[in-house]
Amino acid sequence: MLKNVHFGPSVLPFLLVLPQIVVTLVFFIWPASQALYQSVLIEDPFGLKTEFVWFKNFEELFQDPLYWSSFEITVVFSFLVAFLSMSFALLLALFADRVIKGTGVYRTLLIWPYAVAPVTAGALWVFMFNPTLGVVSYALSALGYDWNHQLSGSEAMALVVMASAWKQVAYNFLFFLAGLQSIPRSLIEAAAIDGAGPGRRTIDIILPLLSPTTFFLLVINIVYAFFETFGVIHAVTAGGPAGATNTLVYKVFNDGFVGLDLGGSAAQSVILMIIVIGLTVAQFKYIEKKVAY
Amino acid sequence: MARVILEGLRKTYPNGFKAIHGVDVTIEEGEFLVLVGPSGCGKSTLLRMIAGLESITEGQLRIGDRVVNNLEPSERDIAMVFQNYALYPHMSVYKNMAYGLKIMGLPKSEIEERVKKAAAILELTDEQLTRKPRQLSGGQRQRVAMGRAIVREPSVFLFDEPLSNLDAKLRVQMRLEIKSLQANLGITSIYVTHDQVEAMTLGQRLMVLNAGNVEQLGTPIELYQKPASLFVAGFIGSPAMNFAEAKIDETGENITISGQAALPLGNGGMPEYSNKNVILGVRPEHLELVADDPDAVPMTVAMVEQLGADTLVHGHFGESRSNLTVRLDGIRNVKSGEVLAIRVTPDHLHIFDPDSERRLEGN
Repeated sequence: MLKNVHFGPSVLPFLLVLPQIVVTLVFFIWPASQALYQSVLIEDPFGLKTEFVWFKNFEELFQDPLYWSSFEITVVFSFLVAFLSMSFALLLALFADRVIKGTGVYRTLLIWPYAVAPVTAGALWVFMFNPTLGVVSYALSALGYDWNHQLSGSEAMALVVMASAWKQVAYNFLFFLAGLQSIPRSLIEAAAIDGAGPGRRTIDIILPLLSPTTFFLLVINIVYAFFETFGVIHAVTAGGPAGATNTLVYKVFNDGFVGLDLGGSAAQSVILMIIVIGLTVAQFKYIEKKVAY
Repeated sequence: MARVILEGLRKTYPNGFKAIHGVDVTIEEGEFLVLVGPSGCGKSTLLRMIAGLESITEGQLRIGDRVVNNLEPSERDIAMVFQNYALYPHMSVYKNMAYGLKIMGLPKSEIEERVKKAAAILELTDEQLTRKPRQLSGGQRQRVAMGRAIVREPSVFLFDEPLSNLDAKLRVQMRLEIKSLQANLGITSIYVTHDQVEAMTLGQRLMVLNAGNVEQLGTPIELYQKPASLFVAGFIGSPAMNFAEAKIDETGENITISGQAALPLGNGGMPEYSNKNVILGVRPEHLELVADDPDAVPMTVAMVEQLGADTLVHGHFGESRSNLTVRLDGIRNVKSGEVLAIRVTPDHLHIFDPDSERRLEGN
């Protein structure tokens, strides 16, 4: 007798999932299908007519040495960002785990960089390393090193890596700290009784037990370096000098919105999409299996 | 093997909480000492102080001839078995046992020899040695944890409630194994438990701790027969001892419970405590049913528990509200509401001072 005549029992669940479906449709399915569609089109410079060209955009892309160099840059960049931010975060987390007083303050301070917008983070680093005005480049010149990331490709790369890694340290730190705190204290004590000092305990016991966290963070960091560092690169180097920091995601923007090659840019985003799908599958498939002890 | 000497050991935490209020004991070579008490009594803290996992605030700790207060755990020549076993989950059983030896820098052949020997003692098969801890049952993990302690060939074994994660049946079995293992190896052992049955069966001596104080130190039978305080009397023995407020009469020869039943104290009484209010304790197993006895007290039965081997009768003294439990052998046909005549022999009366809660003894 609980039948609701005015409000059929099947409507409410649909209403409840509606916002999620709308968000997914508007912000993911629609743009993604647009990218797929655009990637097989070539548009004339004035936007008057478009031509369906099958996979010509992709063919051109794979024959373009600049695209392959951007690929290489992205791989180097991602590896450096992931390695730098994870190792630094791990070090900080190991220290934080041993802190007895002022834990809250210490942790809060370490988490702050995560709240800084990518462009702002980039701007901060640009100011510090500005070849004529920056405090760090001033200090470096006092040491006899002439820093100029506007001219040197490797220095530009170093700068975007540092800025991107700095922003990600907070996130990695949180996960590493949580991972460390979930290791039972008695294991560490057992190792102490077995005669392992702090360094040895870290290598033999703590790091292996952290491996699930480490693998998870590795995937997250690579995805971050691939896709979410656009703001940093845009603010710091704008892909330059001479394309030295032109990562795949920056190239999508540059070719599409600056170069106005919409078809080629869409083809690049499709490739990026395939990469991120691959990474996600890898994460879901192997995170349980490979790294569990 | 070594003697362990605790002299005035105290522990105060940085927040001012005093966990241990001064413990003095000498644990002889090869002795099995059990630290027992309710949770929060400081028994684990004391064990961890001996292990070197907690600092010692005051007092001196000697293992063998050395004062070890400021030595690292690994330098104290001890091995510890943890409550949750603390096996390294990413290492095989073999590596778990070999880890400490590897750090000691022993040659591979000797490590293998020691691990194989310990595995044989603990009846761990070669196949089990290659497994990871999570592939073992609780009892097997327990054995590996002990194996890891044995291979170190320490002077002292420390056990921190090693059986509390096992089911009841396995606990009884492992209890016997630990006891025979300790007897065979002859290594001084300190064992922490909150389970008084485990304490009674394992320990050559028991130390009962309560709120950081030593309530009593003695053999299991001493603690059972002459508990030094109300706390020990209530803690040791199952079901727990019966207590009742009572008064010793003017002559000091009899004791009255709630102004009703009078029991003779025997053995010349306690004239020095005449007219004193006391707490009387009697163990459930020292009460017996009698048919016709002038010294018998009446007991009104409230509830009966049939355990097969014996029968527990719960009720109260006469008309009073003092609870009373009686343990009778075998299966008895007792019903609630019945009034039984109960007798206790003077030898089995325990008398405590209600203020100091210590045991009072006649001459």
